[in-house]
Amino acid sequence: MPVLANRVEPGSETFATNRAAQLEKLAEIDEQLAEARAGGGPRYVERHRARGKLLPRERIELLLDRDAPFLELSPLAAWGTDYRVGASVVTGIGVIEGVECVFVANDPTVRGGSTNPFSARKVGRATDIARENRLPLVNLVESGGADLPTQSEIFIPGGRHFRDLTQLSAAGIPTIALVFGNSTAGGAYVPGMSDYTVMVKERAKVFLGGPPLVKMATGEESTDEELGGAEMHARVSGLADYMAVDEQDCLRLGRQIVRRLNRRKLGPGATEAADEPLYDPAELLGIASADLRVPFDPRDVLARVVDGSRFDEFKPLYGASLVTGWCSIHGFPLGVLANHRGVLFSEESEKAAQFIQLANQIDVPLLYLQNTTGYIVGRDYEQRGIIKDGAKMINAVSNSSVPHLTLNIGASYGAGNYGMCGRAYNPRFLFAWPHAKSAVMGPEQLAGVLSIVARASAETRGEPFDEDADATMRAAVEDQIERESLALFLTARLYDDGIIDPRDTRTVLGIALSAVHSNEVRGMRGWGVFRH
Amino acid sequence: MTIRKLLVANRGEIARRIFRTCRALGISTVAVYAEPDAAAPFVHEADEAVAIDGYLRDEAIVAAAARTGADAIHPGYGFLAESPAFARRCRDAGIVWIGPAAETIEAVGDKVAAKELAARVGVPVLPSEGFPLLVKAAAGGGGRGMRVVRDERELSAAVAAAEREASSSFGDGRVFRERLVEGARHVEVQVLGDAHGHVVHLFGRECSVQRRWQKVIEEAPVVDERLHEAAVALAREIGYVGAGTIEFLLAPDGAFFFLEANARLQVEHPVTEEVTGLDLVSLQIRIAEGEPLDVAPAATGHAIEARLYAEDPALGYLPSTGRIARFEIDGVRVDSGVEVGSVVTSHYDPLLAKLVAHAPTRVEAIRKLAGALRRARVHGVTTNRDQLLAVLTHPAFAAGEIDTTFLDRVQIPRVDARLHAAAAALAAQAARRRGHTLPSGWRNNPSQRQRTAYEGYDVDYRLAREGLELEVNGERIDALLVSCTPGVVELEVDGVRRRFEVSRADGVAWVDSSLGSARLRELPRFREADLLEAEGSLVAPMPGTVVRVDAEPGEEVEAGQTLVVVEAMKMEHVIAAPHAARVAEVRVAAGEQVDGGRVLVVLEEVR
Repeated sequence: MPVLANRVEPGSETFATNRAAQLEKLAEIDEQLAEARAGGGPRYVERHRARGKLLPRERIELLLDRDAPFLELSPLAAWGTDYRVGASVVTGIGVIEGVECVFVANDPTVRGGSTNPFSARKVGRATDIARENRLPLVNLVESGGADLPTQSEIFIPGGRHFRDLTQLSAAGIPTIALVFGNSTAGGAYVPGMSDYTVMVKERAKVFLGGPPLVKMATGEESTDEELGGAEMHARVSGLADYMAVDEQDCLRLGRQIVRRLNRRKLGPGATEAADEPLYDPAELLGIASADLRVPFDPRDVLARVVDGSRFDEFKPLYGASLVTGWCSIHGFPLGVLANHRGVLFSEESEKAAQFIQLANQIDVPLLYLQNTTGYIVGRDYEQRGIIKDGAKMINAVSNSSVPHLTLNIGASYGAGNYGMCGRAYNPRFLFAWPHAKSAVMGPEQLAGVLSIVARASAETRGEPFDEDADATMRAAVEDQIERESLALFLTARLYDDGIIDPRDTRTVLGIALSAVHSNEVRGMRGWGVFRH
Repeated sequence: MTIRKLLVANRGEIARRIFRTCRALGISTVAVYAEPDAAAPFVHEADEAVAIDGYLRDEAIVAAAARTGADAIHPGYGFLAESPAFARRCRDAGIVWIGPAAETIEAVGDKVAAKELAARVGVPVLPSEGFPLLVKAAAGGGGRGMRVVRDERELSAAVAAAEREASSSFGDGRVFRERLVEGARHVEVQVLGDAHGHVVHLFGRECSVQRRWQKVIEEAPVVDERLHEAAVALAREIGYVGAGTIEFLLAPDGAFFFLEANARLQVEHPVTEEVTGLDLVSLQIRIAEGEPLDVAPAATGHAIEARLYAEDPALGYLPSTGRIARFEIDGVRVDSGVEVGSVVTSHYDPLLAKLVAHAPTRVEAIRKLAGALRRARVHGVTTNRDQLLAVLTHPAFAAGEIDTTFLDRVQIPRVDARLHAAAAALAAQAARRRGHTLPSGWRNNPSQRQRTAYEGYDVDYRLAREGLELEVNGERIDALLVSCTPGVVELEVDGVRRRFEVSRADGVAWVDSSLGSARLRELPRFREADLLEAEGSLVAPMPGTVVRVDAEPGEEVEAGQTLVVVEAMKMEHVIAAPHAARVAEVRVAAGEQVDGGRVLVVLEEVR
């Protein structure tokens, strides 16, 4: 079988420069991850612990199978916003009693675990992942409900959360609520809409209205325990299926529930040899160019990611700016589309469309390795129909029904982002390397376009062109676009599922592929493959 | 007569030992076994096996011999070997008895009579006056019925206690007194006598390392002409036919005294076999067949035996039971009664195996045995291995400065099992990850390490990209994980690489390394909390009327005892104690209406 060659020179200056740049970015990411783990800060963490409670990640750790991997999703959601980085909730994919599940755990140390607009989007994204991949959803509930000052952004769209829960259930995807603390008002519908509920004795509080609200509404005097204690719900209302004596017991019961879900994956699972790549994944740090304008060969990346560095390239001599081929990761067969020299021409577009159709025909998931500045522009290309050819590619991406995974390893600009399965094209998972960028176009190009348009407009009106103002505008625009195209900015807005360390690429994609195989892996049928 | 089929009226290692010789001689074998031994190796190894309801059942054993057509019975060592009644029963049934005549057994079995005999042939015996002294059972053995008396005042009480114990252990309450020689060694001489009047000695055995009069380490040869001559003289006087042992006490001043004679094969016979190159069981059979002895005893080198017991010296030699998960001993002769999968029960003697090393010199033999013990992998039960090693590596032992109280002075080094615990946790991790290709415990946002808790050791580890992160009991350990499989973990600490061999059974990890061995009980990840039992509250199963209250506060109740009866929908529901407890509160009275879930009775633990 064809094996990718090792062409990386770790001793070279380029490698060293790239690596240094990547490590710098990684340090920045690590710092933000530490912030996210710190939750609401030492004071609130201490207070939470003093009550004998576990932190959300401690709860997750006890729920997981020992030594099983856990992929935290969107860990840096809400970065750079008015909200705590992490968005007061931890989500991820992990294994309980051998069953891959989606976890959603409120972080009660951050404003009582209340939901802000970013938390809502993060939970929504986790729920999508549960649905699309048919993974049981486990909610670890302790939340004060909506962050009231932002209710206008949450209340109406946030209703989706409860609908999602019951629709998951209707689709045969189990939902479990482990209630550790407050789960009140709207939040009460999390246990309310779940298939299984466990409540921690003397801790869980699940009611529509607490004592003050009841007093205001009806004049009735009542206590927390009477209105929504675990004891009451387990013995009287029946909202709790199990009452746990403490948090550990609650997590034990959660594991017990999953053990009996009788879960079976619908996908074929790993079928290929899952041997490690031949080359050191640590070298991935030095491959991606620090300067996005310098193209690099995605085969050097694949050589450090795919099983045994084996890669059967498809159509290697045609449309060489896009590398396509077959391989496997952790034994899961995979088709890869990877930008090589940035630009997508007609040949690349047609090659992509054909390759996507082939993957659908054989029910093999696709990986898009993004490093594109977009489709080619210019008179000749337009006249030769670059729009039609790009449209074929976007058509194929849009209507393909095999699972798609997307990883931005450099640039993802313009319609190239669409053709290479950007967020709007619903890949099952989308990750980015720390230095990756994405925007409608590069900052200089965008500022330049604005400047040319302004200059033309001034000319048309016969007015003098203010060069100083233009320079200031260009600098400001460049700065804004640069900021908004950064991985951190995009991950904060849930435009990806997380920024990953390049060295973890194989593991992250392995976890994603395993999740994907929990659902059926089935391609689009109906037409023969169009030969381009 | 020629023996063709031999029944061993014993179990465990000695049964296997005798079968081995039988196989070499072409003699068919019959085992008898009691129910707990149904799956024991000695039963499988015999050509035929007959179930009996206890090893001391003379009649059943002789019947088994008849049923299988066995023409000889070997009693091994122990109770039956010293039973003249059994020897007689065999003879009466026309079965060859591998051992001295019943009359000989009787003559030496009575220690008082044996002493008189010794004195008669001029062998020194211990005086029965003066203090300190020992009170011993006349029919005794194995330290039972034995008492040390340091002065006159203790004497009558000690005699009474020894008599009681002797009476219950041996059915013979007679005791006698013997001067206690402090700092003495215990040496015994192996003798063989044939039906033609030949008696030879096969040198002495050093058996001073004992605990509670149970030998632990034995050596051969002890070459002391005085003892050899005395032993042979005694055996001749008795007209000894078969293999036997004459035991002596060797005082620090060089004086020796006759102690007792054992008319049987000894547990420690292999050391003599190793230095003489003879097969004592084979010689016993030849003698029983009436063949003349043609043995010219010569000893080469030095042999040493260690008895590996399933017991914990640190806990007062508490016997340990369990299933043998691993049993690997090599480099020395191993006479064992168990193998992997064997279940060690509390029914029988806890001896697992005898390890016997033979080398040109004593120093080499000790080193060889210690090496084999160190490398031995015995998992599933706690053993005295560390104590044996402590003896073998003790400078006083090396110098030969031992007496019968030596073992009490040997300190067993406490193994610092932090690395063992780490290795056990890592091996268990590898076992859990078997068949998975994704990295163990991988996190993209790591917040804590993986934890495995053993009794006394909390292990936190993470297999990070940079390598192993390890903490034991909250303390960071700089260790490099060289390799890791479910059975073997290699760790490098301070530049030294060590191999830890791990097996797991029933929640216990057994770990061996050059740092010693450790037994680690794993603590469960979750407490199995039974809600009601945790609280002790018994509640009404549904709404109804209390018909009867049978519990009173303060009362101690047994599991299953009725406490309250509630009637609902014409059905009577009995609320019973789920376990033995004391009634702390009774919250209802007969005739009362109760809601479902209402607490009726609260129980508390009886302390």
